[in-house]
Amino acid sequence: MKVEVRVYPKEGVLDPQGKAIAAALGRLGHRAVRDVRAGKVFFIEVEGKDAKAAEADAKKMAEELLANTVIEGFDVRIVP
Amino acid sequence: MKFAIVVFPGSNCDQDCLHVAKDLLGCEAELVWHGDRDLKGADIAILPGGFAYGDYLRAGALARFSPVMETVSAFAKGGGLVLGICNGFQVLLEAGLLPGAMRVNRGLRYVCRDVKMRVENTDTPFTRLYSEGEVVTMPIGHMEGNYTAAPDVLDRLEREKRVVFRYCDASGRVVDEANPNGADRGIAGIASREGNVVGLMPHPDRCAEAVLGNDAGRKMFESAVAALAAR
Repeated sequence: MKVEVRVYPKEGVLDPQGKAIAAALGRLGHRAVRDVRAGKVFFIEVEGKDAKAAEADAKKMAEELLANTVIEGFDVRIVP
Repeated sequence: MKFAIVVFPGSNCDQDCLHVAKDLLGCEAELVWHGDRDLKGADIAILPGGFAYGDYLRAGALARFSPVMETVSAFAKGGGLVLGICNGFQVLLEAGLLPGAMRVNRGLRYVCRDVKMRVENTDTPFTRLYSEGEVVTMPIGHMEGNYTAAPDVLDRLEREKRVVFRYCDASGRVVDEANPNGADRGIAGIASREGNVVGLMPHPDRCAEAVLGNDAGRKMFESAVAALAAR
């Protein structure tokens, strides 16, 4: 089973990388871009068939290691 | 008086710290590999600068799971003196031994230069030989030194006098132009509630002897020795 964990800067936390990317997109002519927040995605392969358990486990992984919850939020989804 | 200097895979200032403790201060000092669980009877533990685990995921995020960190954590909770310098500070944040987190520098660049800092608190074991309000110059070299914490955490740090150093200009004013990385409220270093754990981004280990052109950092190490002698 595959689990996807997305980690991104929390709303309101300054994201210098997102800001730089937004500025670059603007320079490239993408004038509609208002804001960008840059994050990370983890594709995790796990054993077992219990999606609920895998989701709970991935949430724990995010809290323990993948995200720094002081500045980052995350979400978890099972990849169908 | 004995120093333990923790060596993670990717630490690169461990020898600098060892040199300061051993050759400059004449103390006993030993390197402790991150896989060990024993601080070898040390009175002071230093987490040095570098790029532990290549800074993969986030600076300090993987190092905090090293076996030695359980020992460092227990040592800190028991009142042992712990100093985290640069990457060592990042490890202390990730380990939860100090509050807050580091973001990428606001300029998105690695910044390597001298900065000025105002000594905000001389009541910690690592700053007792400085004077309050003193402006010191120390070098920095980091990509993620943009300190942040929730506003209530920052307020608490201020209230409890746990901000130890702030970036400032030559006359000691904490102004935005003097802030090299965007850190909230110009914070360069903080202490734990009991004061025994201190972390800072600048490198006192790289400015601890006159031959280097600056020995402003030496007093941090001497402070710790004086603090232990006074216990």
